[in-house]
Amino acid sequence: MKTIEPGIVQEYIDRYADKFVYIHLETTNGAYAKHFDKNAHNVGAYIRNAQIKYERGKIVTTDEAYRVGLKTSGWIYAEGLTDYEITEEGQLLLAGHDPEGRLMVALEISEKPFDM
Amino acid sequence: MDFKDHKHVVIIYPHPDDESFGASGTTVRFREAGVPVTYLCGTLGEMGRNMGSPFFATRESLPEIRKQELLDACAVLDMNVEMLGYRDKTIEFESRKLVAERLKDYIEDLGATLVITFYPPFAVHPDHNAMGAAAFEAVKMIDSDIRPELWATAITNDRQETLGEPDVIIDTEEVFEKKLEAIKAHRSQAEGMLSKMRESSDFVGEYDSALQRLQYESFYRIDVDRVHY
Repeated sequence: MKTIEPGIVQEYIDRYADKFVYIHLETTNGAYAKHFDKNAHNVGAYIRNAQIKYERGKIVTTDEAYRVGLKTSGWIYAEGLTDYEITEEGQLLLAGHDPEGRLMVALEISEKPFDM
Repeated sequence: MDFKDHKHVVIIYPHPDDESFGASGTTVRFREAGVPVTYLCGTLGEMGRNMGSPFFATRESLPEIRKQELLDACAVLDMNVEMLGYRDKTIEFESRKLVAERLKDYIEDLGATLVITFYPPFAVHPDHNAMGAAAFEAVKMIDSDIRPELWATAITNDRQETLGEPDVIIDTEEVFEKKLEAIKAHRSQAEGMLSKMRESSDFVGEYDSALQRLQYESFYRIDVDRVHY
């Protein structure tokens, strides 16, 4: 992955608007958060291969990272995104990594279902 | 204990790298005694948070990368591997009975005389606990007169207070080079841990520091008719 280039990411977000697409959305602080810090609380959520359609999507620049919102009949939202990749199949992968390179948040959009 | 007394060892953990961190030294000791060892690996660690350090994997490329790392580690350990195809973080939501029946078939077909797995609920990660519970269940389904021995790995911080001293402690020093090589085969997962180790104040070189942390592999002997899980 590379550091997010908002112009390119916006172009791909626009390309997938008004189409049925599959998303992967997750956030996690890891299965060992509490194991290493007893005051921590393990938190995570993910959804994979939800089929959705959004009318509009936008990437917003902040001081440290990026946010993406997709307007569907509701909303899809991710914060803390730092890196992106366009796969050979044209999937848009966005992720936020901590300084050690561990994934903290991901939002991915694909025309075909993600591999299971 | 004489390693040669066993006919086949089956290790049941959910993630690529659990075998290298938890039982690779034990595996090598059995292999050196001529005992076959098979790893039943539940998932490909698809939802792992470590992406390499510096990171080189994505959520989508991680499964293939970890599959190759698993094959590389098992080649180092001269151990067979079967990938069970469950998905990372979801084993606890599968039917324990169905998973257990599959494991039982493997255990019986391979003629296992020893099964090694995680000790639920003392294994921290939900997949560890769920895989361990299914493995316990599988062993319990086998007639008691032909049941394999069962050893379980506990990793909770307070395991000594809760469970007492482990029953089996394998010293891996003699085979530690192989253990470290197997761990390092899991590049996407191990690099972060190794770089943290290098930065720690007690760092005395990669081999020696890793040895200090990972020399002993400990297991509790389980009687499936008496254990609660």
